[in-house]
Amino acid sequence: MKFGVIVFPGSNCDRDCRNAIEAAGFDAEFIWHRDTSVAGYDCLVLPGGYSYGDYLRPGAIARFSPVMDSVVEYARDGRPVIGICNGFQILLEAGLLPGAMQRNVGTRFICDRVRVRIESTRTPFTSGCREGDVLTLPIAHADGNYYADPQTLAELEERGQVVFRYCNELGDATPEANPNGSLNNIAGVSNEAGNVVGMMPHPERACEAILGGTDGRRIFESVAEWVRGGVRVGQDG
Amino acid sequence: MKYVAYVDVQLKQSILDPQGEAVRSALVQMGYGGVQKVRIGKRIRVDLEAANEAECRRIMDEICSQILANPTMETYEYEIKEESGK
Repeated sequence: MKFGVIVFPGSNCDRDCRNAIEAAGFDAEFIWHRDTSVAGYDCLVLPGGYSYGDYLRPGAIARFSPVMDSVVEYARDGRPVIGICNGFQILLEAGLLPGAMQRNVGTRFICDRVRVRIESTRTPFTSGCREGDVLTLPIAHADGNYYADPQTLAELEERGQVVFRYCNELGDATPEANPNGSLNNIAGVSNEAGNVVGMMPHPERACEAILGGTDGRRIFESVAEWVRGGVRVGQDG
Repeated sequence: MKYVAYVDVQLKQSILDPQGEAVRSALVQMGYGGVQKVRIGKRIRVDLEAANEAECRRIMDEICSQILANPTMETYEYEIKEESGK
């Protein structure tokens, strides 16, 4: 199982992703944004950070990086692609996922640990979870306020494309549990096919107990198991 | 021909603008009680060469919709000036 972690100028969670993936027992290699091939990888990760300094809008310039044509093709082939935080913003700008990110309600950069509820297990990245499972994951962003126009939002909900929702300790997606103003407490979505997922929380920062939690491993373990044959993995991976 | 295009990018009315809201509340605090709304957009200057004004507009429409504005949450308009030879 080999993950390809795409490195844009300004990515800063690329090494965290590789460490987390290796800690979970899988291989990971970096793919430079100027590379034009993503052949040989079982899964692509667009990591967090500030690609191109967030100039213009987060993700707006990175989506035109040379590597992105191959990423789009890879995604259209139904293969697993995940964007985390800034990676999510890049997938939105690239049109691989619906919607857009607004500035957080309250204008603050939020660095915190939040709970998210698994809303869909049909994506490779949540196939090892159960609907309703609650994961505790870190967030760190200024533009994580998910927006989609009313029709798109209704379609997302109808088609089960909402993958993660901010929730409280009981698993309820209450307004108080919503850190940034995202519509319907949305923390992550997928494309219609389910193979492309974007999420604002950082699973790679919650893969080792010494860092305060291991819930993030379930994302990487799920996709590894999915690649191996689509069998669901249990909580222990 | 050389042209200069000034692009004005604004958030759609339905999109919340926390920056604008923070500035509005500062202005009210400063005593400008009449200020009711502030929206923060972007003004972008693009210098470009094109065969004629129609081509210049075609190029500007493309780059505005592809990258300068995100049509999900922003609108754009631009004005074009022909650059004199200086």
